[in-house]
Amino acid sequence: MADLRIGIDVGGTNTDAVVLDAGGRVIAKAKRPTTPEVTGGLRAALDAVLAELEGGGGGRGDVTRVMLGTTHATNAILERRGLGRVAVVRLGAPATTAVPPLSDWPDDLRAAVSAGEAIVPGGHYVDGREISPLDLDAVRRFLDGVRADAVAVSGVFSPADDAHERRVEELVRAEYGLPVSVSHEIGSLGLLERENATVLNAALYGVAGHVTDALVTALAERGLGARPYLAQNDGTLMTLEHAARLPVSTIGSGPANSLRGAAYLSGVADAVVVDVGGTSTDLGVLSGGFPRESAAAVEIGGVLTNFRMPDILAIALGGGTVARPHAVGPDSVGYRITREALVFGGTTATMTDAAVSAGRVPPGADGWRDRLRHDMSEEIADILESAVTRADSMVIDAVDRMTLGRTDRPLVAVGGGAFLLPDRIPGVSRVIRPEHAEVANAVGAAIALASGRVDTILPAGESRTEAIESAKEEARARAVAAGADPAGVEIVDLLEVPLSYLSEPAVRVHVKAAGPLSR
Amino acid sequence: MNIDENDIPALARGCAVLGTGGGGGVRAGSLASIRAVRESGPVPLVRLADLPDDALVVPLSGIGAPTVSHEMIHGEDEPRRIAEEIERLFGRPPAAIMSSEIGGANGVAPVAWAARLGLPLLDADGMGRAFPEVQMVSMYVAGIPADLVIMSDVAGNVVTIRPVDGLWSERIARAVCVAAGSHALMSDYVLTAGRARGAVIEGTVTRALEVGRVTEGAAEPLEALRGLLKAARLVTGKLTDVERRTTGGFVRGTATIEGTGDDRGRRLTLELQNENLVAVEDGKVRAMVPDLITVVDTETATAVQTEGLRYGQRVTVLAWPCDPLWRTPKGLETAGPRAFGYDLDYVPVEELTAHG
Repeated sequence: MADLRIGIDVGGTNTDAVVLDAGGRVIAKAKRPTTPEVTGGLRAALDAVLAELEGGGGGRGDVTRVMLGTTHATNAILERRGLGRVAVVRLGAPATTAVPPLSDWPDDLRAAVSAGEAIVPGGHYVDGREISPLDLDAVRRFLDGVRADAVAVSGVFSPADDAHERRVEELVRAEYGLPVSVSHEIGSLGLLERENATVLNAALYGVAGHVTDALVTALAERGLGARPYLAQNDGTLMTLEHAARLPVSTIGSGPANSLRGAAYLSGVADAVVVDVGGTSTDLGVLSGGFPRESAAAVEIGGVLTNFRMPDILAIALGGGTVARPHAVGPDSVGYRITREALVFGGTTATMTDAAVSAGRVPPGADGWRDRLRHDMSEEIADILESAVTRADSMVIDAVDRMTLGRTDRPLVAVGGGAFLLPDRIPGVSRVIRPEHAEVANAVGAAIALASGRVDTILPAGESRTEAIESAKEEARARAVAAGADPAGVEIVDLLEVPLSYLSEPAVRVHVKAAGPLSR
Repeated sequence: MNIDENDIPALARGCAVLGTGGGGGVRAGSLASIRAVRESGPVPLVRLADLPDDALVVPLSGIGAPTVSHEMIHGEDEPRRIAEEIERLFGRPPAAIMSSEIGGANGVAPVAWAARLGLPLLDADGMGRAFPEVQMVSMYVAGIPADLVIMSDVAGNVVTIRPVDGLWSERIARAVCVAAGSHALMSDYVLTAGRARGAVIEGTVTRALEVGRVTEGAAEPLEALRGLLKAARLVTGKLTDVERRTTGGFVRGTATIEGTGDDRGRRLTLELQNENLVAVEDGKVRAMVPDLITVVDTETATAVQTEGLRYGQRVTVLAWPCDPLWRTPKGLETAGPRAFGYDLDYVPVEELTAHG
């Protein structure tokens, strides 16, 4: 029974863990409440799943890898807690001075994060020329005057030419010994959004160290010699070394894991995935086994960023959502569901009660229907009936928004509240309810690949083909750097967008490579 | 009246509505304006009638590729260099800044430019909306010669062009813009307040502010907006298809909106070319350029730019009359449907929507 994998996903309500055997079968699973400081819930879920593994005759010595998807970074930003102070260097003067760095940040977050901001000469034009020669002395003068834990560097058009950012990175490492976040590794075109993500990344180095230590310690305490990985927002994994450099990519890993897990458990690569939790339902789309990514900018903690995230539509509907005479939610009883819902002897009509009264019962919970039938007033019965109708139309509407008019794909229902969903939904070919659907996110973490991506501007003329080949090479190299087996890396996404209003025809190219983890 | 920091979000929302899908994103311009007003103080908004006849009015706009403007943002000194060049040429300093194009980015950013120069902003612009080409301005329609263009780029270059007409103005300005990295600040049709009367579209900054404010805290934002604009509601529905193609440097496309609710069964297509230009239903044109056609979010009444159109969005298409100047023969020749390659005779939106 060698070569076991453990996947852990820290969600808003629950921390889930699974053990997969070498054949990819789920041989143990556990769900524990997420604790405020996160680490406690993680340990509890890990203990539970190890106990189940050993109860079934397995051995923890056979676990070779542990994959963790966590909300540490998101929580740190939302709560402005544990963030490092960042010296923000933009390479672009005399351009870009009309809007200095962090102009759009909420005051409290800016106060918590910024050690100072400077716009120094450097950066590039769209056609590759330098805006100004890079002024390293100006960088030194700025850094000499600030006290920072880390440095964030963003250069104009660095996704197309990263030379200036790299030189500043070397200078900071060599002369100041501080960790550096460079924007070309983090985001795509759109200076302010990429810069924002780069600064958040630099602010998260301390948090990343904490997560890494917590995971490594938790594994050591339990005698696990497994190699640890962290999940990132595109549904792929990175090594701890990589995660230490790019902690911002762990944000949004939960929905990505859930989508990848749904693909794996259902065996379907193109589908709408609906993940029903206790308070909300996330809808996403699987395309070729990977999450479809959002084209819009993503806001984190009040800051607009442009890194790629799964295209997720969240609606306020979950197992704990409160049902009323003419409305469903948006409030939920949350973790109190086991006391407050009618099926558990409580007095609050929830969506779980409504679903059960309509004959939709979770696997292995057939007895719930009988618990509900006793002494139910006609009024309550009416509320439950209309709640199901309302909830179904919310789901149907959301599914329609996500399917882009295609009706030939199936819907994969996952998450602890998946039983809420009806068996027939217009706009999809069928509804699939895979086994272990309630821990799809942890499964998604356990089966994830390692990836690398490149986003740049290339000439659309004769040199285009060659330039795209070299972008693919770079994406492959980045996937290997993230932990992928060089032999198994493939290009999984290639997107070309023509640009308007430019003199020379140019295309924006996005390439993503992914492959299984190297052994 | 002064424009201060608190007015800028409303101005930005209004400019986005008047942008008819184009004109560029208002975010960077808003951030630059908020910063400039914080540092240099509120910007007085003046009417043409407040200015003496010989006062110099400087129309300003950003020119270039949207992708570039999101990456290489303006510097702070471009407006000052243009103002200095104008003083050299005319022997006196400018008296006011004017937005060349109230729709989109160029409607908001002038607040920053005026603040930096310590000049008032004229309550007027050259379009009353957004258009893609530099000769599509009211000054051109009014017959003011396009004999002077001043451009300033992020590097500090100042280029003064003396073109023979509006088409040369566009051609040379584009070439300079490319050399400058596809992003520059431009002033054309520098004119005195005396000549500006009848040659600019007045009241459009106030209009943008009203449009931005009417949805603020409104119980029914869409109805509030429609009422203020006196717009025809062409359709309320769901965006079911967006097709885009790049030709001749512009992004062209078609968007399809299928009616929902009371509009179920109806289907409107929008022809796009940076802006929303023609709305068609059942083979009949329902509104066309230069009248304004804007797609807004049905719930919030926030304008949706053409590049932000996505399948599944719940939107309402509003259309309302352009400034009368655009309905003159010269106005239609400059920016009517044929100027955009549509073989259509212009019919005002009020007539097209009178019976439905």
